[in-house]
Amino acid sequence: MARILGLWVTLFAVWLLLSGHYTPLLISFGMGSCALTVYIAVRMDVADQEGVPFAWAGRFLLFLPWLLKEILVANIKVAKIILSPSLPISPIMVVFRSTQKTDLGRALYANSITLTPGTISTGVDGDRVEVHALTWRDLGGWEEDEMGRRASKVEGAS
Amino acid sequence: MGWLDVLSWISILAGLFFILVGGIGLIRLPDVYTRLHAAGMTDTMGAGLVLIGLSFQAGLTLITVRLLMIWAFLLFTSPIATHALARAALHGKVEPIQIDLGGGDP
Repeated sequence: MARILGLWVTLFAVWLLLSGHYTPLLISFGMGSCALTVYIAVRMDVADQEGVPFAWAGRFLLFLPWLLKEILVANIKVAKIILSPSLPISPIMVVFRSTQKTDLGRALYANSITLTPGTISTGVDGDRVEVHALTWRDLGGWEEDEMGRRASKVEGAS
Repeated sequence: MGWLDVLSWISILAGLFFILVGGIGLIRLPDVYTRLHAAGMTDTMGAGLVLIGLSFQAGLTLITVRLLMIWAFLLFTSPIATHALARAALHGKVEPIQIDLGGGDP
């Protein structure tokens, strides 16, 4: 119940930020459409821990700055590769083991891999994550290990 | 021109640089998988820095909140599109160009 209420409050906060029209009529429309969205989410059975992971929100916000830093570093690395005349690429497909326990955690891990240029997750099957890397040298530092550890941390102990 | 303008333009120009490099990469790289790496640059750093630069122009207003939300939604959706594209290419039996490390393992 708290999750459903929380979802509505979050949706309505987003609505308020996006709308910019604050007359009683329009605000009541906004509240109504948020309620309808929550109703549909409940009917679709997606308003559970996986679909609305409030428990992860705090830890995710701690994960985000590190991910943004990684994205910046990886972008500069890939930009250098593209701009160097010899085009020093050595593409390779590798398989990582994900240590995450939940599907949502794996999705977070795989998406983080894809978000950093230079590595793309091309398939997730159980705890196997297939990754296409632009240069195999990049994998030497195994930043994906660090990423996996941090993604597991977002999952929490539960 | 205040210092906010300067920051804003540095950010926008840096974003445009990453978008340009992404475009160059799209042409220079050899196959669909490696090209996805270049495309990934335009929607993470490219779009991100342009949006940050624009939010410096808008100041502390609702517009800034919306610009940052655009980036947040982009960060959630673009890896899924990239992933889907790569999967579709694999499913369509497009062989990725790979270096030979000498090992037998795929």
